[in-house]
Amino acid sequence: MQTLFHQLAHLGAWIKNLFKDVGYASSLFLKLLLSIRTSFKRSALIRDQIHFLGNYSLAIISVSGLFVGFVLGLQGYYTLQRYGSSSALGLLVALSLVRELGPVVSALLFAGRAGTSLTAEIGLMKAGEQLSAMDMMAVDPIQRILAPRFWAGVIAMPILAAVFSAVGILGGWVVGVVMIGVDSGSFWGQMQGGVDVWKDVGNGVLKSFVFGVTVTFVALYQGYEAQATPEGVSRATTRTVVMASLSVLGLDFMLTALMFNI
Amino acid sequence: MNTSLEPSLVEFKSVRFGYGERIVLDDVSFQIPRGKVTALMGASGGGKTTVLRLIGGQYVAQSGECLWQSKEISSFTPRQMYEARREMGMLYQFGALFTDLSVFDNVAFPLREHTPLSEALIKDIVLMKLQSVGLRGAKDLMPSEISGGMARRVALARAIALDPQLVMYDEPFAGLDPISLGTAARLIRQLNDNLGLTSVIVSHDLDETFHIADQVIILANGRIVAQGTPQDVRQSTDPLVHQFVTASPEGPVQFHYPSVALEEDFGASFKLKAPSKTDPSSRSKAHA
Repeated sequence: MQTLFHQLAHLGAWIKNLFKDVGYASSLFLKLLLSIRTSFKRSALIRDQIHFLGNYSLAIISVSGLFVGFVLGLQGYYTLQRYGSSSALGLLVALSLVRELGPVVSALLFAGRAGTSLTAEIGLMKAGEQLSAMDMMAVDPIQRILAPRFWAGVIAMPILAAVFSAVGILGGWVVGVVMIGVDSGSFWGQMQGGVDVWKDVGNGVLKSFVFGVTVTFVALYQGYEAQATPEGVSRATTRTVVMASLSVLGLDFMLTALMFNI
Repeated sequence: MNTSLEPSLVEFKSVRFGYGERIVLDDVSFQIPRGKVTALMGASGGGKTTVLRLIGGQYVAQSGECLWQSKEISSFTPRQMYEARREMGMLYQFGALFTDLSVFDNVAFPLREHTPLSEALIKDIVLMKLQSVGLRGAKDLMPSEISGGMARRVALARAIALDPQLVMYDEPFAGLDPISLGTAARLIRQLNDNLGLTSVIVSHDLDETFHIADQVIILANGRIVAQGTPQDVRQSTDPLVHQFVTASPEGPVQFHYPSVALEEDFGASFKLKAPSKTDPSSRSKAHA
């Protein structure tokens, strides 16, 4: 009987903490959203962070996009030529990248490259009492440190996804047209005719925007809530990758179902 | 304690605070008079840094009153709290400098955030503040390029950048070499007198702190055990104060953190026994 009460007490404490955490995360998210005016008034802070989060992620995004494009070119050609539709290779590569792989893979890479660095940076600032010192200087760390990084991530993510898709399409072209010999005109022509600007490209951009909000918020929240110890920062960084990646994949499924009416 | 007619800058009335079930401050009352250097001393974990956090509004007392300029700190709205903090400077134990900013930009940070001053004027103020802590020549260095003592002086320059009324020092002498320690102590006293500040120092260094403080408050076991001028505290006959002032391991403040009986951890047969030089068994083991 006593064990049962003990377990019930544990369950109660767990539920209470869960609600507390969700409430705190929601309030932080709301504060970040409401910071839009004050953040964009000091656009230099956002610009610096776009440079840090976006430009420094360009290399990994471009190289990954290129290789994903290569693979899509090979796999796509292998499948399409069995049905005599290899001329639709450009369309297949473009739709795969713009609708799915561009937003999703670039968001996963963004979580690994920029999300971890955000979490570690904020966590170490907390451990070094820099956030506390800022608060004691009457400067709100959420407004001054978290908000510019949040908006920079939200802006950088769709651009990185676009770069990923563009480079991926080039990769598909290199493999399909240059190496295998698919007709260049039908590669680009089918792509131009089959890709809808709003339905395909627009929804892809919307996805990457949602992923940008998700990954950046998870990274900032984990850093801000990290225990101010080396182990705490290390655990928070790991949690960022796991939670951001799973959130991106889960959200992708939901968004795809909503957007493309499948 | 406060002899002037002007009310104290900070006043604690029967303050109680704890972390979970552990009570750190219990029925603590004191005043911090304007223009003076007040030292908060006591054993580690005695609640000294907690007092600074309560003054800064980063913690809220469980009961009692924490007054800043006669106003209850816990009743401040966030905006009022930030206005009050603009009149406070805090020096952290390891400086807490922003590692991505240079020494100059660290000191300029509060000025850029809170004032509409031009960059030319900010430059003059920052250089003056750095001159007052002897580090004008280090303005272009990054925090990773300066020593711990220098970092604390930069943090001090940053803490006084907005000309606050109160400066709080959390362990300003910890880990400093004797020269830096003496310099830091003199600097705190000079800045307090020359800029008309009020200072609160949390420190373990008896000699330097007693040398520069006007008032000493000793905290132990969550309570104030002594309060007065350094001379009064030195002459106190209270066993707790005597133990602290003489740095004795014997006394009311226990070395061991409260724990279960030794037998409970090591087994019923355990007996604490010092090895004897004449004990043949210990000798034979040593030779084995």
